[in-house]
Amino acid sequence: MGVERVMGIETEYGISLTGAPHANPMVLSGQVVTAYAQAHGVRAARGSWDYADEAPLRDARGFEMGRSVAHPSQLTDEWGSDDDPTLANVVLTNGARLYVDHAHPEYSSPEVTTPRAGLTWDRAGELVMQEAVRRLAASPPGINLYKNNTDGKGSSYGTHENYLMRRSTPFAQIVTHLTPFFVARQVMCGSGRVGIGVDSRVPGYQIAQRSDFFETEVGLETTLKRPIINTRDEPHATADKYRRLHVIIGDANHCDVAGLLKLGSTSLVLELIEADAVTDRLSVRHPVATLQAISHDPTLTHVIELEDGRKLTAVQLLWRYYEMVDARLDQTGEGEQPHTAEVMRWWADVLGKLERDPMSAAAEVDWVGKLRVLQAYQEREGLAWNDPKLKAIDIQWSDVRPDKGLFNKLRAAGRFTELIPEEEARRAVTAPPEDTRAYFRGRCLERFPDNVVAASWDSLILEVPGVRALRRVPMMEPLKGTRDAVGDLLDDASDVGELLAALAAAD
Amino acid sequence: MAGQEQVRPTRRGGDDDGPESDGGQVQARSENLDQDVDSILDEIDGVLESNAEEFVKSFVQKGGQ
Repeated sequence: MGVERVMGIETEYGISLTGAPHANPMVLSGQVVTAYAQAHGVRAARGSWDYADEAPLRDARGFEMGRSVAHPSQLTDEWGSDDDPTLANVVLTNGARLYVDHAHPEYSSPEVTTPRAGLTWDRAGELVMQEAVRRLAASPPGINLYKNNTDGKGSSYGTHENYLMRRSTPFAQIVTHLTPFFVARQVMCGSGRVGIGVDSRVPGYQIAQRSDFFETEVGLETTLKRPIINTRDEPHATADKYRRLHVIIGDANHCDVAGLLKLGSTSLVLELIEADAVTDRLSVRHPVATLQAISHDPTLTHVIELEDGRKLTAVQLLWRYYEMVDARLDQTGEGEQPHTAEVMRWWADVLGKLERDPMSAAAEVDWVGKLRVLQAYQEREGLAWNDPKLKAIDIQWSDVRPDKGLFNKLRAAGRFTELIPEEEARRAVTAPPEDTRAYFRGRCLERFPDNVVAASWDSLILEVPGVRALRRVPMMEPLKGTRDAVGDLLDDASDVGELLAALAAAD
Repeated sequence: MAGQEQVRPTRRGGDDDGPESDGGQVQARSENLDQDVDSILDEIDGVLESNAEEFVKSFVQKGGQ
């Protein structure tokens, strides 16, 4: 355990057609997915996703929302005709899903077991989007993509984290102990934003892209009335053993350290909750208002009021979680695990920097790095926060192109602390993680692309030559289908029929 | 900050020289950032969209999840 658990990141990208702000974003997103899929000989049809086990309206609190009362955007498992390009969907050989989600192209990473791998396969997603943009640029004006979470005009789109948890952990415990952590976590993991308020009506700079878009503490919705704790209960795994905690409050990160801390610190706090080892209840008064107040204060001096009357800054509150995790790791001895130790070192390092001088974390934390550049422009040119130039820098910061994206330019110049070597991210564009079922999914797509009729997180549907009925291979255990378990079978099978026979024999 | 409870951080190993042995390197990198602020601005100036107002206006997104 320690920091290790099954996890993954879904990233919706901002999309624009130069000179045509009102072009249909669903059609554009379909073009992004199709451009990438066609270049790699993958079929991009909605039919290739197996929806049998999807249940977006099931609530972790134990009930199901009626379809008739759900907003159409919540019906993520319904679709129109197969040839509609706005419903394009593909599964990649790295085990990821690339598709159109509402009005954005989305890359959902394959399941991984460490924060470092989570970062690696999320970066692979950036490279996928970069390639799609490059291919589309061949027909001007092309389509641009942005790894951010808001247009600053009232719309937001998500970067969701997923963590596999034990079903036996009471959901109420998760809500109680995760809410304060999520209210404060943004000071380590926020990506920074020019403008205060969902439509930026107040000039200024804030820590997180998403914070102003949250309206409630707990709930099922993801597109409206967004909650700090999302209750979507769609485990994509054996439901009585696992839940998948669907986290919608995070920003899209560019900085490796901030991204590592987002996944790592959260996984460690979840372990604390699962072990019933939270020794200090840190419930915050007015969590939603506090979330926004913290985001609006880049000096990090905002005082959080706890329900028991204590007063702490966000950094101090995060230190309390750090200390509880540290004590727990002392008990379990898991603090020595390399992946866990790496997260704990960076967690202490970044909190220490934020506490001494927030600007000293400019190479590790997105919102600080961005603020530093914006302030330099302000000083040089005397710009106010509502100057279009600063807003333009904020948007262009996240352009996925290596030569146009400001973060990418500065990273290439060595301005940020890098944890994931470029070649590892490049390898992850085609190679799946080896220690989850994503390995089986990705390798099947690589070896037998013509025989995979449909795929999903927890199943593959295969067409076996000479056999009439399709074969559905359930994958309800995320840690089965690893390289150790099926690598040789996949390497040795000369066709999909042999693979299925070998799997049956091995069972 | 007045009236706040003092919270003393405890750190694994009791030192605070940052992750691994490259603490010094990270430090050096931050200082680098200071010295090179002008060159950062120059780099960005070179690629910034020329009509900021139009660029910002045309970045309109539909809401997502």
